[in-house]
Amino acid sequence: MKKRNLLALFSLLFAIVLFVSACSDDANSTDSDSDANANDDDQATEEASGEKTLIFGRGADSIQLDPSKVTDGESIYVTNQIYDTLVRYKEENTEVKPALATEWTPSEDGLTWTFKLRDDVKFHDGTDFTAEDVVYNFERWATSAEYIYYGYMFGASEDDLGGIIEKVEATGDYEVKFTLSEPNAPFLQTLAMPPFGIASPDAIKEHGEDYFKNPVGTGPFVFEEWVPDDSITVTKNENYFGEVANVDKVIFRTIPDNGARFMELQSGSIDMMTGLNPQDIQTAESDENLQIIRRPSMNVSYMAMNTGKEGPMSEKLVRQAINLAIDKEKLITLYEGIGKAAKNPIPPSLWGYNDEIEDYGYDVEKAKALLAEAGYADGFDITLYTFANPRPYMPQPKVTAQAIQEMLKEVNINVEIIENDWDTHLSVTENGEHDMAFLGWTGDNGDPDNFLYVLLDKDNAKMGSAGNIAFYKSDEVHDLLKEAQTEMDQEKRTELYLKAQELIHEDAPWFPIAHTTPPIAASKKVVDYVPHPTGSEPFNLLDIKQ
Amino acid sequence: MLKYIIRRLIMLIPVLIGVSILTFSLIHLIPGDPARSMLGEKATEAQLESLREELGLNDSYIVQYGRFLGDILQGDLGESIQSKEDIAIQLLHKLPATVELTIFAMLLAVIIGVLAGVIAAVKQYSWFDNISMTGALFGVSLPIFWLGLMMIWLFSVTLNILPPSGRLTSGVELNTITNFYLLDSILTGNWLAFKDAFLHLLMPGLALGTIPMAIIARMTRSSMLEVMRQDYIRTADAKGLKKHFVIFQHALKNAALPVLTVIGLQFGLLLGGAVLTETIFSWPGIGRYVYLAVLGRDYPIVQSTILIVATIFVLVNLLTDVLYKYFDPRIRYE
Repeated sequence: MKKRNLLALFSLLFAIVLFVSACSDDANSTDSDSDANANDDDQATEEASGEKTLIFGRGADSIQLDPSKVTDGESIYVTNQIYDTLVRYKEENTEVKPALATEWTPSEDGLTWTFKLRDDVKFHDGTDFTAEDVVYNFERWATSAEYIYYGYMFGASEDDLGGIIEKVEATGDYEVKFTLSEPNAPFLQTLAMPPFGIASPDAIKEHGEDYFKNPVGTGPFVFEEWVPDDSITVTKNENYFGEVANVDKVIFRTIPDNGARFMELQSGSIDMMTGLNPQDIQTAESDENLQIIRRPSMNVSYMAMNTGKEGPMSEKLVRQAINLAIDKEKLITLYEGIGKAAKNPIPPSLWGYNDEIEDYGYDVEKAKALLAEAGYADGFDITLYTFANPRPYMPQPKVTAQAIQEMLKEVNINVEIIENDWDTHLSVTENGEHDMAFLGWTGDNGDPDNFLYVLLDKDNAKMGSAGNIAFYKSDEVHDLLKEAQTEMDQEKRTELYLKAQELIHEDAPWFPIAHTTPPIAASKKVVDYVPHPTGSEPFNLLDIKQ
Repeated sequence: MLKYIIRRLIMLIPVLIGVSILTFSLIHLIPGDPARSMLGEKATEAQLESLREELGLNDSYIVQYGRFLGDILQGDLGESIQSKEDIAIQLLHKLPATVELTIFAMLLAVIIGVLAGVIAAVKQYSWFDNISMTGALFGVSLPIFWLGLMMIWLFSVTLNILPPSGRLTSGVELNTITNFYLLDSILTGNWLAFKDAFLHLLMPGLALGTIPMAIIARMTRSSMLEVMRQDYIRTADAKGLKKHFVIFQHALKNAALPVLTVIGLQFGLLLGGAVLTETIFSWPGIGRYVYLAVLGRDYPIVQSTILIVATIFVLVNLLTDVLYKYFDPRIRYE
């Protein structure tokens, strides 16, 4: 008897399954069904009022919505909508324009900077924005190593959490003065970085440790809701001091799989997405409803050669030979149309880029000759460390490594490829275990210092925490880069960087690979979207055509 | 019986201690640094060092393990290194998502798998037998990520009849109580949300259920074939009992034991093996949660969540063992 009940239950479940699937022939029609029941009302009115919602699909959720504490692009993408910085980058490049500050003057010696602030700005929680709030934010960032970008950009250390910023004071209700301990040429460009968005002190005090879930800024969008691993919703700030947003709402949806995300774009359930599979770019370009927008490049991918390790890699001739033995044009085809060959460590979109330098070019015979000269005519064995998952600057790390392996066989260099996940890759390369290793860099503030000093100065070639994983230690380059850091005149700085690039080219600590323009796929309904080289931008200027 | 259950529950303790030691060692064995992965490639050594100190990562493994165990015993699952979120609260949302998906997938697998297996056995070598068993062979061999993407392509992009991902359409309101969306929508009488949640479950449920469905079908078939040849079945037939009565009452019950074992094990596997399904269908469950935590070296999440999943796994197995008795009264537990 009991068995029969079980059977009956099964049949009932089956019936429910059939019933529900039968009455749902169109999942997307729930919004506009004419026979919408009471529960449908919410959505129906939303449609009727013509509210414009932009749904943005991406591969991972934000980690925290307090930009001062994160480095991941997905957090910054969202906080860029919520916060403003004192100064901001122009729409298309990394030149600086007014934002919360209307004008600024550095002192002669470059040690003090005075900013005049807007007097008509309110935080999303209704409190007024004043000079005191700027002071509060900067003082907060100088209290702990948690504020990653502050420490990193302003050189904070354990004993001196403030770094080069000695003092920040309000010299009036709407005037603030920074005192630096040494002149810092990139200072203004750094202040425009999204991590230095000014947050409401009241909200920080109110929410304490949970502030990162309840962000309050002055930006074009107001934070509304965060469903972890699912979506983040922000709504238009009607009282924005800049250009009020065209769309009423932006929903950032997390859709982990690249292929699935692209299908959602095709089916229209999202309007825009990042992280396309290379093979989907063409599909999108040939789809009449979709468009591909390319973000201008501010990155570089490279193969670092560990100059600090005894053996062939410490020989300049060998490193030059490797540069000659790899067919860069062929490698770039692995970038599926999103990469441009690199010859310098900095991307061409930055000022100070040395276009005079001629790349090594592909010349196997010359490479062999150099190797013979260095005493390695019979070749040698060597390791190439790479990472498993694609990065924005390198869509196919493994295949790229295999291509290099094949090419170097021609000159008798036997490459062993060692693949690790990203985290492991970072720690082993920092420790200098590699002979050669792939890595890349996305610029932070659009200043050449942010590439050359971080990646190739001897200061950053410290075992265990190296940004310079080529362990390239050139005193000459170091002097040039140090001088450029304190020189306030941009023309003179340009000269210094041009020279540094020449020296680096000659010493060949890297095999520079490519600068990429990460593609963004969007519905053609999305208009006026201008992607920024830094990796994200506020969405107040874009619009959706109905 | 009760004694047996209590004994099994006590056995749970050493098992869980073993699991926790294993998890702890494994996650600490893979190279990588939580501080680095939290602060990113841009952090300075001073920042990394002070964070490591703050997180207690500089202590010896024994101390770290002891601290973890101490917290767990006090019911504190800890907080995520990366996001600072309380893990218990996260699990309150993510565990139901995974369990709901798993139960749904298992229901599909059991209903379709058992039915197909029974029919295939009764009509051995018929066209149905051939087709369903070939289908089952495909079912166990299909990679989930491929199957999932194909489903999205077919049902969402081309036919546009099912939502491609997530648990609910954004804009559909649902007051959550248990975070099992189907259950919550029934409890609150929100039929719109029920329908929406159900539609969202179909594709991931089917994708996740395919492999167990195939295994169950094959297992049921072979087990049924064996039982159907027994003398008592012939006797029942000879008595003139109705055919479906013989099949379901006499044969299936006796053939159920191996099938039940498979179901129990598969259920546990699904709980942990939902990573791919959750990734493709953007299902905010624990599979992906742990997977991302491993990548980000978020030790507390990995340790606590695996412990919870292991507990569920063991409990499901216990339940399976108890159910054996129902299907085979000869089994005695003491």
